[in-house]
Amino acid sequence: MSHAAVTDKRPSTLRGAHLPKWFAWATAAGSLALAVGIGLAAGLQSKIQWGLIASILFVLGTYVISASVEGKRQAKDRVATSVVWVAFLLAVVPLVSLMWTTISRGVKVLDGYFLTHSMGVVADDEVGGGINHAIIGTVQQVGLATLIGAPIGVLTAIYLVEYGRGKLAKSVTFFVDVMTGIPSIVAGLFILSLMLMFDMQPFGFAGSLALAILMMPVVVRSTEEMLKLVPNELREASLALGVPKWRTIIKVVVPTSIGGITTGIMLAVARIAGETAPILLLVFGGNFINSNPFEGPQQALPLYIYQQYGAGSSAGYDRAWAASLVLIAIVMILNLGARGIARWKAPKAGR
Amino acid sequence: MKLQRKNRLRALSLGAVAVSSALALTACGSDDTGADPGTGDGASTQAGNIKCDDAQGQLLADGSSAQKNAMDAWVKQFSAACKVQINYKAGGSGAGVTAFTQGQVAFAGSDSALKPEEVTASKEQCEGGQGINLPMVGGPIAVGYKLSGVDNLVLDADTLAKIFDSQITKWNDPAIAKLNPDAKLPATKIQAFHRSDESGTTDNFTKYLKEAAPDVWGKYEGGKAWEAKGGQSAPQSSGVTAQVKQTEGAIGYMELSYAKEGMNTVDLDTGAGTPVEATIDNASKAIAAAKQVGTGKDLALELDYATKAEGAYPIVLVTYEIVCDKGNKADTLPATKALLRYMASEDGQKILAENDYAPMPQEIIAKVRTTVEGLS
Amino acid sequence: MGIPTQDTAPPPPPTQPSTAEQKRAARGATRPGDRIFLGLTRGSGILLLVIMAAIAVFLTYRASLAISKNEGNFLTTFDWNTSADPPVFGIAVLAFGTVVSSIIAMVIAVPIAVAIALFLTHYAPRRLSGPIAYVIDLLAAVPSIVYGLWGALILVPQLVGLYSWLDEYLGWTGIFEWQGGAPRTMLTVGILLAIMILPIVTNVSREVFRQAPQMIEEAALALGATRWEVIRMAVLPFGRSGVISASMLGLGRALGETMAVATVLSPDFLIRASLLEPGGGTFAQNIASKFSEATQFGRDALIASGLVLFVITLLVNGAARAIIARRKEYSGANA
Repeated sequence: MSHAAVTDKRPSTLRGAHLPKWFAWATAAGSLALAVGIGLAAGLQSKIQWGLIASILFVLGTYVISASVEGKRQAKDRVATSVVWVAFLLAVVPLVSLMWTTISRGVKVLDGYFLTHSMGVVADDEVGGGINHAIIGTVQQVGLATLIGAPIGVLTAIYLVEYGRGKLAKSVTFFVDVMTGIPSIVAGLFILSLMLMFDMQPFGFAGSLALAILMMPVVVRSTEEMLKLVPNELREASLALGVPKWRTIIKVVVPTSIGGITTGIMLAVARIAGETAPILLLVFGGNFINSNPFEGPQQALPLYIYQQYGAGSSAGYDRAWAASLVLIAIVMILNLGARGIARWKAPKAGR
Repeated sequence: MKLQRKNRLRALSLGAVAVSSALALTACGSDDTGADPGTGDGASTQAGNIKCDDAQGQLLADGSSAQKNAMDAWVKQFSAACKVQINYKAGGSGAGVTAFTQGQVAFAGSDSALKPEEVTASKEQCEGGQGINLPMVGGPIAVGYKLSGVDNLVLDADTLAKIFDSQITKWNDPAIAKLNPDAKLPATKIQAFHRSDESGTTDNFTKYLKEAAPDVWGKYEGGKAWEAKGGQSAPQSSGVTAQVKQTEGAIGYMELSYAKEGMNTVDLDTGAGTPVEATIDNASKAIAAAKQVGTGKDLALELDYATKAEGAYPIVLVTYEIVCDKGNKADTLPATKALLRYMASEDGQKILAENDYAPMPQEIIAKVRTTVEGLS
Repeated sequence: MGIPTQDTAPPPPPTQPSTAEQKRAARGATRPGDRIFLGLTRGSGILLLVIMAAIAVFLTYRASLAISKNEGNFLTTFDWNTSADPPVFGIAVLAFGTVVSSIIAMVIAVPIAVAIALFLTHYAPRRLSGPIAYVIDLLAAVPSIVYGLWGALILVPQLVGLYSWLDEYLGWTGIFEWQGGAPRTMLTVGILLAIMILPIVTNVSREVFRQAPQMIEEAALALGATRWEVIRMAVLPFGRSGVISASMLGLGRALGETMAVATVLSPDFLIRASLLEPGGGTFAQNIASKFSEATQFGRDALIASGLVLFVITLLVNGAARAIIARRKEYSGANA
């Protein structure tokens, strides 16, 4: 395998010719400079093009130089390294841009007033107004959905992993997969048809039901995976001590995987917190505070963002960005909280 | 290890504080946005003239986005006087009518009058009555364009139809040049924007094309969905507006209230002496010529899109408020009545012009007032 | 980081064998606590089935109402006019658009995601890789409406240059022909979807690569293999099924994505050869943008298209499962 290296120009050392450490940085800087030069010379406006040219130059340059000095195998290795770096940087740009735009544009109208007031009677193209009603709506709807969806999901997963055998378990597994594919708007339509059947007006809890439907399969799948990771020896040890199976599950199996389960639930929560389509159909939206999810229309943050974007005025855009920032912040706080719980609760496995 | 544990706990408690403070924030919110200094729009306060009766509680309405801007203005005045929360969701005419026939809203806003089967459906919700159309807001549909160097553009129905049917694709086409002898037309490609969602605006715009340019547009049936192939699309009037503003060589149709800064509007050569500009006055002239086709309390109108009257802008749209003539829900009736009464009042109609809408002609609005008083 | 941080873990170890466990289950069921608990968990499973059945019945019923009145061919008609009399609608354009945009998204996202995952597990300085992985984790949670907002207001204007470039050098292929409209097209949708699914695919792949057996890697390094050779020979084969399942997860999200597509695309009911021309549409986008103005019948027609999306997602999911199940048998990774 090391034959190629040995037949290199300098057979006296085993390592062959080697490019200095700063080589990668130098190539990167060189290709970047060249790309900027080309971009300016050709009058390319979009920074995307500059970036693409720089990346191509970087990868090619690395290969050519390295192949001539170090040999093919090393060159391939270097190319792989540079491709990986380039891919990483390429991917980071839009993601950073997304975060940066949301934050920089979001803080423009985000203040105490914005958080503590509803839209009230502020028109689309006027400045002012706030998102208090939408925060309340989202927190309540998502909270209720989690109260319904998470226990059902976790219990189903426990059934599948700990008890599941035979036809019922197989069909549940299959339909959980099917359920993952339900377009969110269809879940909304389903609840809407039930509401119409019972002649009900839009209210927040209806949205929760649709969100719970969307949440269940995600929770089942993640919890299932986590429970499967629990070593069988733990179960066997507990059962051998005469502990009933249900206590084994509650006291041994679930606590062992509680970190993963919580993370799964939080990810599911984060996913449904951003759902717009079912909310659009079921909770009506609206501009006023309604802190009773069981009666009267409610607003929700994603729907609010969509409506403010749809309004098309610059005041509307500002509000949409600020609401996006708040929505992301809520999701992130949930996420951080979940991680905290996960780390704190997780048994200290040897590592 | 112990230290780390402590840090984690601290991070956790920080998270808990953040969550609880977020919850606390939600607990002390306020709906009172009227006092915000940023919201004054110069419109005179009319609160004194609004008769509330025993209107109170919450009023849900859904429908046309064409009248959204007008509704915003009305709601602001109305809720300053009466203790009613009005939730008008501009989900679209279709959504409004559907929500109305399903009994989910007190009234709906729609850019086209109820169809016979929708009237039948409404009878289920209106005990002993049916849904009726009350024309409340009018307005011109402007054709906005963005073409640098061209501030004044005249088009006739045929040319307009050909542009939106992708038969004319360049701005320097002879047909356009003939109508605009003085303009320096570039060879830019025309980007014709239409609505991607179904819309009463599309319905009225294509009705005009069909009646005024039958040779070009006659092959289409018309309706809320855009039928011609090609061109670009965007959702809602605000979406079309935003796209036209951003795209060089773009042309699109939207309510006049959306066509503010950032674009020019086309003057129409209707066959009258001089090309007609899309203004409220010119639209009012076209609406005044409308015929009433609804019977009884129903006040549905029929517009003459092919009008050649001097100064009448023919692409107009009338938005109806749809309510039950009898059998409105008892708990929302007082609020609905008070709001509609205010909308039809002189004050209510006066506000329209300030917001780029056209008030209804005197004789029609007089009938609306009588009908509103008789709602039960 | 001892805790797996994503919702689909790598191929799980088999936990179910042994007749001993069955016996235990049988014995366990006799205790009252066990019976209640079993009933509770089984009840949840059954409840899930009931909900599914209700949705499926409802969907099929409403869809059949619409399709029976359709004047066009549901599968081949290039039109969606449900308020016309007689109504005409078909899913040809939607199916095409959904597939094309998802393919573009996969082609862009999967290689990049795999590269990032490798970067995080094998290239990045250890001190950096933790925080970066964490940030990417969080990005997976950014709501799609925010991606839509960003796509429509920031990404679209930035793409004009790229488009004219593609047109100039690749326009002759016909696929990249561009006539200068706003870049709110299938390609843009594909790019946006790629950005959206990147975090998910990266997360899952990273988790898989991290579990590649270290011994084999070290052995290969000791034999003089370069880092790339180690990855090619020891890491990638190990992680293949994991990457496939990660991609399928991403594909599922791309297929059903609604709001981001609806805000970015300029939809139209026609199929264009060029990816850079506006037009086309996806199932979910079409439902979202047509829903508000649709009549009851129009909604039924949209539900019919939703049913097709449902079936497609089901097939994709099934394929992914089959691939994973087959790989698992002889990958030896679960030992």
